[in-house]
Amino acid sequence: MHKKVTFRGFALPVALLLPQLVVTAIFFLWPAGQALYQSVLRQDAFGLRTTYVGLANFERLFSDPLYLNSFQVTVVFSLAVTFLGLAIALLLATMADRVIKGASGYKTLLIMPYAVAPAVAGVLWWFLFNPSIGLFAHTLRALGIDWNHLLNGDQALILVVIAAVWKQISYNFLFFLAGLQAIPRSLVEAAAIDGAGPMKRFWTIVFPLLSPTAFFLLVVNVTYAFFDTFQIIHATTSGGPGQSTTILVYKVYSDGFVGLDLGSSAAQSVVLMAIVIVLTFVQFRYIERRVQY
Amino acid sequence: MAGIGIRDVVKRYGDTKVIHGVSIDVADGEFIVIVGPSGCGKSTLLRMVAGLEEITGGEVAIDGRVVNRLEPKDRNIAMVFQNYALYPHMSVYDNMAYGLKIAGLSKDAIRERVDKAARMLQLEPYLDRKPRQLSGGQRQRVAMGRCIVREPAAFLFDEPLSNLDAKLRVQMRLEIKQLQRSLGTTALYVTHDQVEAMTLADRLVVMNGGVAEQIDTPMNVYLHPATTFVAGFIGSPAMNFMPGRLGGDGRAITLDTGAPLRALPEPIVGHGGEKPVTIGVRPEHLALVGQPEAELTLRARVVETLGADTLVHGVLLDKDAAIVPVAGEGGEVLAARLPGNVTVREGDTLPLRVAEGALHVFDRETGRRLADV
Ligand SMILES: Nc1ncnc2c1ncn2[C@@H]1O[C@H](COP(=O)(O)OP(=O)(O)O)[C@@H](O)[C@H]1O
Ligand SMILES: [Mg+2]
Repeated sequence: MHKKVTFRGFALPVALLLPQLVVTAIFFLWPAGQALYQSVLRQDAFGLRTTYVGLANFERLFSDPLYLNSFQVTVVFSLAVTFLGLAIALLLATMADRVIKGASGYKTLLIMPYAVAPAVAGVLWWFLFNPSIGLFAHTLRALGIDWNHLLNGDQALILVVIAAVWKQISYNFLFFLAGLQAIPRSLVEAAAIDGAGPMKRFWTIVFPLLSPTAFFLLVVNVTYAFFDTFQIIHATTSGGPGQSTTILVYKVYSDGFVGLDLGSSAAQSVVLMAIVIVLTFVQFRYIERRVQY
Repeated sequence: MAGIGIRDVVKRYGDTKVIHGVSIDVADGEFIVIVGPSGCGKSTLLRMVAGLEEITGGEVAIDGRVVNRLEPKDRNIAMVFQNYALYPHMSVYDNMAYGLKIAGLSKDAIRERVDKAARMLQLEPYLDRKPRQLSGGQRQRVAMGRCIVREPAAFLFDEPLSNLDAKLRVQMRLEIKQLQRSLGTTALYVTHDQVEAMTLADRLVVMNGGVAEQIDTPMNVYLHPATTFVAGFIGSPAMNFMPGRLGGDGRAITLDTGAPLRALPEPIVGHGGEKPVTIGVRPEHLALVGQPEAELTLRARVVETLGADTLVHGVLLDKDAAIVPVAGEGGEVLAARLPGNVTVREGDTLPLRVAEGALHVFDRETGRRLADV
């Protein structure tokens, strides 16, 4: 039994909480406040004058076809990255769960991509698919597919999806494998005796028991696809061609730091914050409830 | 309903042989218990019958049909696992209905069978619960229910009671026995608990190191153990063993100290002359007698009063009152189970006699039984 300790007075609890509060305030609340503040201001082209414009930045944003396109790119990109990242990792984990000989070598190989820095991963895939010198681009051309992600927006999107998925599979794999190994063998054996074939066993026994893991990974992967793929996109396509791989996070950066439109960039940040809140809420409120058993 | 034939079954994992050719003929409706110490290969044998483990050599037949190459689902068996293996995300009802749904039974037929099993196992109030909301005994019943509804040719049990507390184990033991009797389904039951084995079995298979040392009714195994291993494993407190010799005539039995015990009525056929033997006597087959009739003399070291019985642990004395080394359960100590109304104090010298037919003689080299006198 552990005993709940209650601190008397005011000074000690505050002192103990202070480090956490300071970190939160400096690194989270202050930037968020700044973004909110900036989002209702507009600077002139030379940064000399700043005026209060109310919600004008937002109005401009939502009537900007490029921004709406970025929304669409983000949705396609995130869905693809999350789905492929989870599905491929699950497949690999299911297979690794059966491997007996050389299991640790196999697992180590699968975990390695996680140790590669995102920017390096981006460059790696940029090389492999480079239209003039890339191995994969070459192979694809030999197969009759004209690969040029520098010109073809769809191909560019496929490329960043591949790079982003490749980077995230290791992480998903580790969690799925741990989840699979936590399922008692006898459950699967009981199902086999009950007459279920391998597929049936997977979908009716293994997968439902993995669903808490899968839900956790879903949250992590959506967040990853939305917010953590900046470096990969930056190193692979820089958002191009023609904004076809510019996801929302990338647009915040390119409009704010390249385009120097701080007002619009701040408004986009605020929209992103709202999306995070909604996503988190939806995921925990509606999906998590279904995976409890 | 059907019999099970296990013929010269061998199991190898790589280079290690864990089952060395076991043969058991299980009759239709029979309750067979496989008992043995941990690691002797009981589960492996059962899992080969179930189809969960490949059969390296030999043959398993269910209902006269060789099933070596069949998938578990095609063998028409049902199994209860040690950890019950209930599907944690399904209700009790769905746990029992799972196999029936896969078999393609109609909804009504499934409901009828599950309800019937639930009634039999007193699980009706719990059909909507998840396994984690049940007690150990209830989970055990659900695992049984899952087997019953499929109406299989045979039930396989792998230590189904070992996760229950002692009291519940006794109760569930009775329930399993009654259920098997009323359904008349052939059962193969694995346990390391000899009490469970004795009480449940129509016939016992005592296994040791991947070999079936004896297959017989519980009473025959108890009265005529085939080997020293079986003799020591079945019965509690365990049988006393003493070193002795078989005389050159193949009849006379003496302790190594020279004290003569009793002679066999007939010489052992092919006894091969004088040889070292192991003499076994169960503690409950020793009775306090007057000095003249005594075969063994014990000096009490520890006395345990159990009420109905008095358990005396002591050292064996020769006729000069010197201690004779023996190899009993407690090392040098022999045990005698005397009636509760006998008063024995530590240090007392007890003249004892072995009951008729309760002196077991084993070949010391092979450990096999030579005779019971
Ligand atoms: N997959 C395996 N690989 C190698 N050896 C095994 C395997 N499974 C069981 N064994 C060995 O086979 C022997 C019998 O095991 P088991 O049938 O589980 O014993 P029991 O059920 O009687 O306790 C043990 O010595 C065990 O170490
Ligand atoms: Mg076992």
